[in-house]
Amino acid sequence: MTTTAPEIGKKKPGSSKRGGVMGNTGLYIATGVAGLLFLLPFYLIVRNSLMTDQEITGENWKWFPTDIQWGNITEPFNDVTVDFAQSMWNSVVVAVLHTTGILLVCSLAGYGLARIPYKHANKVFYLVLTTLMVPTAVTFVPSFVLVSSLGWVDSYRGLIIPGLFSGFTCFLFRQYFLGFPKELEEAARVDGLGYWGAYWRVVVPNSLNFFAAIATITFINGWNSFLWPLVIGQDPSAWTVQVALSSYMTNQTVNFHLIFMATAISILPLVFVFLFLQRWLVQGIAQTGIKG
Amino acid sequence: MSTTTTRGVAQPAPAKVSKDRPRRGLRASSTFNFWLFTGPFLIGLIVFVFVPIGWSIYLSFFEARFTVTPSDFVGFENYKQVLTDVDFLNSLVTFTVFAAFIVPATWALSLGLALLVNRLRFMRAFFRSVFFLPTAVSYVAASLIWKMSIFNGVRFGLANTVIGWFGVDNIAWLASPDPPWYWLVIVTVRLWLQSGFYMILFIAALQNIPRELYEAASIDGAKPGWQTFRYITLPQLRATSTAVILLLLVAAYQAFDEFFNLLSKATWGQPPLVELYKMALGENQNYGAGSAGAVVLTMLICVVTLLQGKIMGFGRGEEGK
Repeated sequence: MTTTAPEIGKKKPGSSKRGGVMGNTGLYIATGVAGLLFLLPFYLIVRNSLMTDQEITGENWKWFPTDIQWGNITEPFNDVTVDFAQSMWNSVVVAVLHTTGILLVCSLAGYGLARIPYKHANKVFYLVLTTLMVPTAVTFVPSFVLVSSLGWVDSYRGLIIPGLFSGFTCFLFRQYFLGFPKELEEAARVDGLGYWGAYWRVVVPNSLNFFAAIATITFINGWNSFLWPLVIGQDPSAWTVQVALSSYMTNQTVNFHLIFMATAISILPLVFVFLFLQRWLVQGIAQTGIKG
Repeated sequence: MSTTTTRGVAQPAPAKVSKDRPRRGLRASSTFNFWLFTGPFLIGLIVFVFVPIGWSIYLSFFEARFTVTPSDFVGFENYKQVLTDVDFLNSLVTFTVFAAFIVPATWALSLGLALLVNRLRFMRAFFRSVFFLPTAVSYVAASLIWKMSIFNGVRFGLANTVIGWFGVDNIAWLASPDPPWYWLVIVTVRLWLQSGFYMILFIAALQNIPRELYEAASIDGAKPGWQTFRYITLPQLRATSTAVILLLLVAAYQAFDEFFNLLSKATWGQPPLVELYKMALGENQNYGAGSAGAVVLTMLICVVTLLQGKIMGFGRGEEGK
């Protein structure tokens, strides 16, 4: 059907000459090669983490381990120089609380700014907007000064709380709630609910897709963040997994298979989050346009 | 569009009931509710964003080594120190070179991938995931793979193995500034990590281009391929392109993770944030100079953002959203 269509009358845009067999083959070859290149680093992690060091650093490049070293899986946890298990746990706590906190604080503020009439609301909104101009990465010096004077260095508080007040995420929520259908809330008000009740019983349950999208992005950012945990984690017991990985790179002795196994383990939770929540992730990025 | 039809049906019923009683109650309490919703966020914003910024500006005028409550006012001394600091100035050059490579490269690669994926009829979701998957990897983990496995300076690194097949000698990718091979490592790691993310933005934008435009163009005799891309696709992507370039620039300014991990022992290729980190949290703990550097950097970012906004018309047409 579609293949004959372009020949008759006006060419159809989507299925023009390029849609032919040759064009398609070229297209798939190009995409396939690019895809392999993008997957290569993932493969290298798996390959290196299941090889012996002798094989990794051997004279001849091997694409596959001759003898898969399943025993490597426990090695990062037995390593005495870096407490890998502790750093993984720290990352889990930080990423989960970071995500929960941001969703709570920023969504409430975004809703307030979008929907609750208040004569100074605009001024408050401009206050939020100005923080968008100052990238958080630049303020790490003064933030560290503040957090250390609060005595929060090396603590979960110090790792989590300063990152919760993201002007950007608040802004995204505000934009989203501006487009939320008013009719739903009005119905809730008729039923006698105040703003607070309507928010929790009507607005949030009807916005779960958007919350899931922001949660996914926030979780990935929280898990992967490095600069702030590096600044705050002065003591190895407060390291997140990223700081632990980084410390492997500067260690005196390089233990290849251990380092790559640790890297693989650090990536695994995110790949899971990623594959399961991808729909929301893509949708969220397409909707918001920008990383939170 | 469709709301006009539903509104006609849904409106009359609630309008009658909600006329007086609930409305007035909400008005009266709306100030309270506003602060109930935004209060916690605002307090946090002031304490953890505005206070640090203010403190930073304050510290930048004081001699503040190893202390955050200094007493020694030095005026613009710290700024003078930062702006004459060769390392800091070099870091700005490093940023400029980095941005000059990474911004166009990511723009082109992510747009190219989006065009490829968008043309696929089968396995579209699969390939989109493949290109998008690196978004889940941290800069630290990626730096580790790049430094230890791909661009390792000895023979077992992948890059050296591959060039070895063609009889080329090993290259110490990260170990010397001349020739600057480290740029290849730095740029490719970031390309791999971020292109998939921007590809998603471009795919979303591509799908928003009205089909009729292509139909009209083909009637007017435009050949599919370069011509339609040049005269329809590219102009239609203008808003997205602008946003992408802006995001890429700001992200480039904030580069820290991969530079810190790939070039930890090097004296070359240090971007501004690494310099600030060393200045404020290194051996000297010079908060005064570090703060002055942060202020300078923030101002630079603002200027660049505003300039780019002016040039590319960012923000136009955003009001309606």
